[in-house]
Amino acid sequence: MSVLAAAADTGVVIGTGETIVFWVLAPVALAGALGMVLSRNAVHSALWLVATMLSLGVFYVVQEAPFLGAAQIIVYTGAIMILFLFVLMLVGRETSDSVVETLRGQRVAAIVLGIGFAGLVGAGVARGAEDLPVIGLTAVQGTEGGPAAGNVEAIAAVLYGRFVLAFEVTGALLIVAAVGALMLTHAEREPGVLRSQKERSRARFLTDRPQTLPGPGVYARANSIAAPGRLPDGGLAPSSFATGVEPVRVDELPRTGSVGIEREGLPHAGGTDAALGTIGGGTTGPVPGSGEGAPR
Amino acid sequence: MTVFAAADQPTLVDFGNDVWWIVLIKIVGIFGVLVLMTLFAIVFERKVVARMQQRIGPNRVGPRGYLQSLADGLKLAFKEDIMPALADKPVYFLAPVIATIPAFLAFSVIPLGPTVSIFGERTPLQLVDSPIGVLIVLACSAMGVYGIVLGGWASGSTYPLLGSLRSAAQMISYEIAMGLSIVAVFLYAGSMSTSEIVAAQADGTELSLFGLEFTGPSWFAVLLPVSFVIYAIAVVGETNRAPFDLPEAESELVGGFHTEYSSLKFALFFLAEYINIVTVSALAATLFLGGWRAPWPISIWDGANTGWWPLLWFFAKVVVALFVFVWLRGTLPRLRYDQFMSFGWKVLVPVGLVWILVVATLRAVARETDVDAGEMAVFVGVPIALLLLGGLLLASRMRNRDTRVAAREAAAGGPAPAEPQVLDARGRDRAAGGFPVPPMDLVVPPSPRLRSRESVSAGTVVGTGRRSSSTTPEETDDV
Repeated sequence: MSVLAAAADTGVVIGTGETIVFWVLAPVALAGALGMVLSRNAVHSALWLVATMLSLGVFYVVQEAPFLGAAQIIVYTGAIMILFLFVLMLVGRETSDSVVETLRGQRVAAIVLGIGFAGLVGAGVARGAEDLPVIGLTAVQGTEGGPAAGNVEAIAAVLYGRFVLAFEVTGALLIVAAVGALMLTHAEREPGVLRSQKERSRARFLTDRPQTLPGPGVYARANSIAAPGRLPDGGLAPSSFATGVEPVRVDELPRTGSVGIEREGLPHAGGTDAALGTIGGGTTGPVPGSGEGAPR
Repeated sequence: MTVFAAADQPTLVDFGNDVWWIVLIKIVGIFGVLVLMTLFAIVFERKVVARMQQRIGPNRVGPRGYLQSLADGLKLAFKEDIMPALADKPVYFLAPVIATIPAFLAFSVIPLGPTVSIFGERTPLQLVDSPIGVLIVLACSAMGVYGIVLGGWASGSTYPLLGSLRSAAQMISYEIAMGLSIVAVFLYAGSMSTSEIVAAQADGTELSLFGLEFTGPSWFAVLLPVSFVIYAIAVVGETNRAPFDLPEAESELVGGFHTEYSSLKFALFFLAEYINIVTVSALAATLFLGGWRAPWPISIWDGANTGWWPLLWFFAKVVVALFVFVWLRGTLPRLRYDQFMSFGWKVLVPVGLVWILVVATLRAVARETDVDAGEMAVFVGVPIALLLLGGLLLASRMRNRDTRVAAREAAAGGPAPAEPQVLDARGRDRAAGGFPVPPMDLVVPPSPRLRSRESVSAGTVVGTGRRSSSTTPEETDDV
């Protein structure tokens, strides 16, 4: 707790709330980082990273930089990670990392070196920050306790004052990157190669058959794939012949077992017209299928 | 920026000094308000949509059906909770929670009223405020996207995945337009804190026009009309509501991202969606409609903006905004996905950028030339805004001109041929680009079920499905 002691010396005391937030969220951030490295599923990795980034955002807010915290959450967590997730989801959900070691001893070496690196960096930072006094941000962003004089104005002054050139150059760089990616991935089509839906529709209606092909069995008297569709005169519709199956002509309705009055004497084999009934003339008998006056 | 603060107008300094039990009361109060508003909004929506479609709507549970959504909520809680076999269990479980928590959080920065006294403690009717108040709402809505995206992905099913991808793309795109529309408000209010934005809308500038002295409008909806229009459109996309409800387009995607969800998890998604609607409505009231301040004729009364009265004005504004949501749903058909995206990126975002440029220029000019900012806004900004909006309106009408003309002709009955058009046997010449047209003089055949075999009003032309233009007396009564 040498940091706290140093803080007491300079007069800026880290509040209880800030301490509690730190000790609650620091493990969360660390766990998120570890989980991101250790989980097999790419989407789970991304989620762990989101947890870390959210914790960082809250840290910014707690350390008197609310604008940075909001930007961290909106930009990094809200936009960039979502785009990441987008790509990962399109990869497919069963995609997990392979656990086969291609280099012998790679895993052990990675773990040892990783811990060693973390130890080195951690020790270096800890040693460097050991005797630093806590001065807070009051010097750069206004009076303490008055939230009105704040982080937003301070950041704006620095960003659009001292670092305005760097800011603009970074912006231009990002635009160039975006436009470049667009140019490289954009496939230039010959104009007119891809026709619009309207054009395709017009072209289809100029052919002899604007409608879809009849399926086998449509208007037929059997529901076998071998029974082709029938034309209105009872003939077979050649366009509905199934490939690889010899078309079979089925003349009559299969026996349904129905002996209702309305079916009696109905000439089943008399062609399609007779079976469907017509509006004029003598065959205005009940239409088969509408028997018993079934409510529609 | 000078804050024309009355004594009751809270500013940023007034926050963070509350006793713990006041904070607790506020938290519970906001939670209760949001849940109640959700229940109300569902019944309200169903009733209003029913009215628009000339139905009655829910009318069984409770007085005049107003407890219907309570019954629905209870029913949802007792339904079977299904875990799909292919689901990614932890994420599937987490997604509704991730969707709901930010929805509740976002409401914490909405100012509901001025400083009031609760059990003797003077405190503003707002849970928290911060210099970045509005950004908190944006951050929460950005987090809410995760709930939807993860819910769709973790279901392990195609329709939810497609729905969630659509939803994520939609929410990110429209969040940009929404953020841009709010920037102009920040420029004018000089702050991102919600309470100070409300304070900035307290009083209009004193204007003199041809010797007439009057108080100008103070609502940002009037001063920044372009921002208001963009915001209103963008939040409809942001909350996945009709006509932008592509993530849950029933005819294409079954239920969208929540197809596989049931029981309480589904209820959480539902809750989050309606809370988001309430939140963006409340934010619209705060940013553009004067917040909890009374609208003009009422604001003449001195007591209108003190005590607990502002709660009434605030919720009235929220309900009006909710009504607009329902109205849109009852009126407009759903957009196609490419139309929707190109509208967001090619219309809303560029217009937002140009408008920010205009507003910033006006602000800079006003500061350099010592003209009052409010005067500048009314006399220069509003005309420019109206020009911009009028130009957009004209452009869209020009684009749809053919369709509109055709529709008008069709409604008027077309060129009205003197006798039924008789087509020759071959139909029109297809080679000339004509479409095969069914014969227009078809006669309804006698129904075989009719006992007395008489033809049904012989000569009736087959209906075209167009509604008759005569209005029935009931319809005119409804107006």
